[in-house]
Amino acid sequence: MKPVQLIKTAFLTLVLSGLFFFPRLSFGQKNSCLDCHSKLEGELRAPAEGFAQDIHRQFGLGCKDCHGGNPAQDAEDLAKDKSFKSAPKRAVIPEFCASCHADAAYIRSFNPRLRVDQLSQYWTSRHGQLLKKGDPKVAVCTDCHGVHGIQSAKYPKSLIFPWNIPQTCGRCHANADYMKAYGIPTSQLDDYKQSVHARALFEKKDMSAPACNDCHGNHGAAPPEVKSIASVCRQCHPSTGELFSKSPHKKAFDEIGQSECEVCHGNHKILSPSDDMLGTGKTSVCLECHETGSKGYEAASQLGQILTKAQIRYRQAEDILALAEKKGVEVSEPKFRLQEVTTILVSAKDLTHGLAVEDIRGKVDEGEKILAAVQEAGEKALQEAKFRRTGLLIATIFLALFAAALFLKIRQMGKSSPRA
Amino acid sequence: MNKFGRNFFVYLDERFGIQGFLDFGRKKKVPEHPSSFWYYFGGICLFLAGIQILTGILLLLYYTPSIDSAHESIQFIMSQVKFGWLIRSVHSWTANILIGVVFVHMFSTFFLKAYRKPRELTWITGFLLLLVFLAFGFSGYLLPWNELSFFATRVGTDIAGSLPLVGKWLKTVILGGPSVSRATLSRFFWFHIALLPLAAALIIGAHVWLVQMLGMSKPIGIDESKVKEISFFPDFLYKDALGWTLILILIGVLCVFLPWEVGKKADPFGATPMGIKPEWYFTFMFTTLKLLPSRILFIEGEKLAILVFLAAGLLWMLAPYLDRRASQEKPSPVFSAVGFFVCLYIVVMTILTYTVRGL
Repeated sequence: MKPVQLIKTAFLTLVLSGLFFFPRLSFGQKNSCLDCHSKLEGELRAPAEGFAQDIHRQFGLGCKDCHGGNPAQDAEDLAKDKSFKSAPKRAVIPEFCASCHADAAYIRSFNPRLRVDQLSQYWTSRHGQLLKKGDPKVAVCTDCHGVHGIQSAKYPKSLIFPWNIPQTCGRCHANADYMKAYGIPTSQLDDYKQSVHARALFEKKDMSAPACNDCHGNHGAAPPEVKSIASVCRQCHPSTGELFSKSPHKKAFDEIGQSECEVCHGNHKILSPSDDMLGTGKTSVCLECHETGSKGYEAASQLGQILTKAQIRYRQAEDILALAEKKGVEVSEPKFRLQEVTTILVSAKDLTHGLAVEDIRGKVDEGEKILAAVQEAGEKALQEAKFRRTGLLIATIFLALFAAALFLKIRQMGKSSPRA
Repeated sequence: MNKFGRNFFVYLDERFGIQGFLDFGRKKKVPEHPSSFWYYFGGICLFLAGIQILTGILLLLYYTPSIDSAHESIQFIMSQVKFGWLIRSVHSWTANILIGVVFVHMFSTFFLKAYRKPRELTWITGFLLLLVFLAFGFSGYLLPWNELSFFATRVGTDIAGSLPLVGKWLKTVILGGPSVSRATLSRFFWFHIALLPLAAALIIGAHVWLVQMLGMSKPIGIDESKVKEISFFPDFLYKDALGWTLILILIGVLCVFLPWEVGKKADPFGATPMGIKPEWYFTFMFTTLKLLPSRILFIEGEKLAILVFLAAGLLWMLAPYLDRRASQEKPSPVFSAVGFFVCLYIVVMTILTYTVRGL
């Protein structure tokens, strides 16, 4: 065979095999579920729309993997064959999802790091316990993760992305009508939004700030018991927890069956702690337990005084630096030192959890020494500002006199100069 | 003058020939008329340039041109060095006032048509000096290595980089690499204290020489009876000195009440702060680029604007040769109108930059 004929034959073979195999290839990729549902309206169209963004789709899974059936068939009755499973009832959704998500070997083939204990955790949750008792209103997988548009928790638009979690939980928990039957408060979401944690999460976009699941658990979500509250808080505040454990409060709280952190700081509405929480003022939390004249009252008063004094000195130093800066003197060095004091005062406040007055006083004294240096630097800066202004005044007087003399001389010259 | 003073003067005169300079100054006449007020802006420019040289040399005593210590050295100058705050603030304020005064000097020269024959080269050297001072401003702005200057330099050089054909090359030459880095600071420092001062000295020399050679121009069609002649020394110099003294008072007040800030140290990996702007004298071009649509006909809006600015700059420099009527000592209202439009455009765009949100 001549080379030209050989090329012609090869080309013809290629074209014919393409024509033969192409319909089969496209036939193999057919998904009649999406084809039909995308032509429907309302909730029957939603699966087709949502699935485009679904994480399962990204891993190559399709409708068939959850619902069975034969998507290769066009006719509805053939597509919905014996293996077809329609939308599961709410009560069986956890098991429906767990048929894959609890299968370690199967999940490993997609994401070896993904946990497979969600179902067992779910049964320990309040949601799971109530579902088992036949309450269909409690949250199941789809309530938090979505149905067909399930997205990775790492995706910011996902319902379970950290800064979306409070709103996701709040869809039920902040709905007074929905929660009426359970007799629990519905103010958690509003309270949380005012908390220091919410500020860190929403305003500073600090992903390490706790949302609902960080304290309550996610799949095993339940209210922490009195005993476990302290452990929950210690996950992020270990040193504070350690100080508290050594304090006289620990034993006292255990004896009266009080939770630890929550007693003073609250739960969902944990505000940024202020010095007013200590001492004997109106907003002092110490007075909620300690009566006037008691030993605890005296200790609270002492702590309040130490910290208030330090705070006043801090503000004075801060004010003097601000004034010097306003007057144009460079004070970045003492301002930097003031930041050191902020750190020291924060750790002094942290020490209040241990109630060791001498340790707190020692820490505050450490800050006081720096504050004295900062105050001195601030005063020097103000003196410098005064010196500059005085210098300017003197220089301006001389220059103005010089300018006036020049002006008079120029005027005198003007009278005597000839025309061109 | 007492005997000692006289003897000392004679001693110096025998060696330096001072009397010759004084005689030249007395003999040299300067025309004085209702518009001669504008002449003094040239002298103020020279005076301010002198301040810049003096304060710049002093700043070199403590400034360190390295990204690790440039910001710290400025902070040290502002807080620890005796009168460092004054020297640095005078340098920064004067730089800005100088560019403002250069603009005033240029526009007054333009409107008085002082560029007309035979002073075409005086105008061209003056225009080149404006470019040199703008380059001084641009290079000096980065030297403190603070956040604002770092990102403004990035924005400014990105604009230069978008020039057709030579943009990429030009940006790399300016920056010493693909982005603002250690090499950029070294390069800008070299521009600022070596190359540009040399260029400025040569061009100022040529500009002043031309002014001396050709004398000062009189406005077209001025009534000669309204023109007086005064001697350069001491009469004209007294008036110059009055202007210098007043501007010195202004600089002093600004430095004491609004010392030039050090700013936050630049973080090359940080996010660009909102509303980053170049120095005020570049904002009319910067805002124009922002206001233009991304595409005009077949060319990118930004590229087109840069090309238009370049062409306009070139035409502006060549005004003495284009303004035929002025060179024939006839009024040229078209050029006055163009000058007025350019002036208005710069003022309006600069005001818009600082008053309209998001610009």
